[in-house]
Amino acid sequence: MDGVVQLQKQLVDYIASLFHEGFLDEQFNQLQQLQDESNPDFVVEVVSLFFEDSERLLNELAKALEQKTIDFRKVDAHVHQFKGSSSSIGAHRVQKVCIAFRNYCEEQNVEGCLKCLQQVKHEYSLVRNKLETLFQLEKQIIAAGGSLPAT
Amino acid sequence: MTVENQRAGVVVEDMDQDRFPAGMRVLAVDDNPTCLKLLDTLLRKCQYQVTTTNQAVMALKMLRENRNKFDLVISDVNMPDMDGFKLLELLGLEMDLPVIMLSGHSDTELVMKGVTHGACDYLLKPVRIEELKNIWQHVIRRKKFDSKVQNNSLNEDKACHGAGDSRLGVISTLSADQDGKLCRKRKEQNEDEEEDDEENEHENEDASNQKKPRVVWSVELHRKFVAAVNQLGFEKAVPKKILDLMNVEGLTRENVASHLQKYRLYLKRINSVAAQQASMVAALGGADSSYMRMGSLDGFGEFHSLAGSGRLSSSALSSYTPGEMLGRLNSHASLVLRGITSSGLVQASGQNLSSSINTLGQIQPTPLPSNQSASLFQGVLTSLELTQLQQSKCTSSTGDFNPIKDSRGFTAVSNGFSDTRVTVGSSTSLLPGASSHPLVLQGNPQLPDDRGAFVNQYSLGVASLTPDTFDIGGGGCSNFLDHSNNESWQSAIQLSRFSSNAVPLRHELHIKAKMGRTQTGLQSKLEPHCQYQKFCGFCQWYNKSLGPQFGPK
Repeated sequence: MDGVVQLQKQLVDYIASLFHEGFLDEQFNQLQQLQDESNPDFVVEVVSLFFEDSERLLNELAKALEQKTIDFRKVDAHVHQFKGSSSSIGAHRVQKVCIAFRNYCEEQNVEGCLKCLQQVKHEYSLVRNKLETLFQLEKQIIAAGGSLPAT
Repeated sequence: MTVENQRAGVVVEDMDQDRFPAGMRVLAVDDNPTCLKLLDTLLRKCQYQVTTTNQAVMALKMLRENRNKFDLVISDVNMPDMDGFKLLELLGLEMDLPVIMLSGHSDTELVMKGVTHGACDYLLKPVRIEELKNIWQHVIRRKKFDSKVQNNSLNEDKACHGAGDSRLGVISTLSADQDGKLCRKRKEQNEDEEEDDEENEHENEDASNQKKPRVVWSVELHRKFVAAVNQLGFEKAVPKKILDLMNVEGLTRENVASHLQKYRLYLKRINSVAAQQASMVAALGGADSSYMRMGSLDGFGEFHSLAGSGRLSSSALSSYTPGEMLGRLNSHASLVLRGITSSGLVQASGQNLSSSINTLGQIQPTPLPSNQSASLFQGVLTSLELTQLQQSKCTSSTGDFNPIKDSRGFTAVSNGFSDTRVTVGSSTSLLPGASSHPLVLQGNPQLPDDRGAFVNQYSLGVASLTPDTFDIGGGGCSNFLDHSNNESWQSAIQLSRFSSNAVPLRHELHIKAKMGRTQTGLQSKLEPHCQYQKFCGFCQWYNKSLGPQFGPK
């Protein structure tokens, strides 16, 4: 089962690199630890929820910032949500951008907000790709009969 | 996310004592689905029984349906359909469940707000499992505190504000000497009833473990309740009488008693907020008299800070304005603590005070500039040294204080938080603004002295009434816990920033208060007291603000 071992190593390295590059943080470890026999797909479920929610939030944000008169409180509320969910799954870089985003909202800085919106979209798509790759790897391992490496 | 009943669909006990904290039933509320899912899993990992909802309205509905279904509520702060703090307050008022706030914000003000609104704890997202592993302590704590307070309130109610509890008993006995006999009688009464109360308490405790239809304090019901309380007069509001006035079928005296307790707590909190606000206003500077006012409020606020509820904080107060407070008060089915709220309003200004009082519409006393405080004081001080006050030659307020003689009111208020702080504080705040205040204040101090037990906590409140209130009474308050000495009193006084220019008259009363003796022995007390003149904050303040209007006797 060389293939499985290789895949497993790949997975471990991949996750390590994600941590290293700041895409994920400690919180993601917590998620993985919560996954067990009674809850085997927990991480995938939570992250999927995160993806869904994030898409929605990003749409709302884009809409809110397109308005003639921007309701910064609304924008702030959305960003706050986004920050909450990204911190919950450990999407570290997304969370950081959200923090900056909120500052601009407080200052009612339209340009800053728009810039942050782009940034957060970018970071989000990055981390999304990374996580999807990660899940793919995991699927492959399981399909090949292996087990996921312990975190 | 289903609630798994431990026993064939019937919730027999609130907690499975054997496995606790495992099996503790938690209701989690968060509009963020990611966070909610995470919270759900974390809680399950802690072996709690979890129910989740992403709507505060839904949560409220579930809780109202069956309060006994849950032991603990965890709620997010920012929710679209209802503010987390609002939910928190409703939960605190309607049902006695511990609530933990959850938020991505870590601002101190928000945390403070959570605490003042009655949250047991405030957690930051992302939540860690270690923190959740400990939340069960809040349930235990709440249950213990509740049964204790319930006992006190029961005792108090039975004793007609006399206080079944030894401490409460002291309060009633603390009322002026003139009421001594009456108080003693009440005390005996209390003692007799104490047994009953204990039985009741046991019953309550048992009842709480049994399936018992919980009363949902709807807005309507609460309105009736408040109307009844106002009709009776805050000091005279006994659960039994309130119950009769409300005339609601199925409502028991115990229900009313515990609700009254919470109501007082709420008012106290509001009051302290107002007091703190007053202190803040004071901090901004003002005339001596206004300073006095603020000082007292300040002390009051501090006082409250010392209170067990621990919900007060200046930062929290900053979020309030007198008007806002009023609004809040009014919004809570006129949850207005007459004396207390008025004390909070006192700070605003004489005018505001009267208008506030009028607005509140619950201030018994007539809102007169000079009497305002007296009246406010009236409402609050009820059982406080009214006689003392009268003796203290509070001309304007003498008449007003009559009703205050009723020690019941005092204890009744104090029951709100198992000590007389509330009343004390409120009365304190009332004091400012009237020349009679100093006298009143002086009268108050006597309370603790007269009855030892009272001093424990209640003296704290009384102490706050005294000069301490003019200063940051917080520090002093804690000192007063020591009944037997006036040392704490003194230290409290010393805390005040005022120089000492004692006027014999005031000192007289002051001494009375401090020494806890009757007027007869006053003369001899003058000397011992004089040594405090330098630090006697009250006298300092008095001198400063009112000058030698009250000349030597």
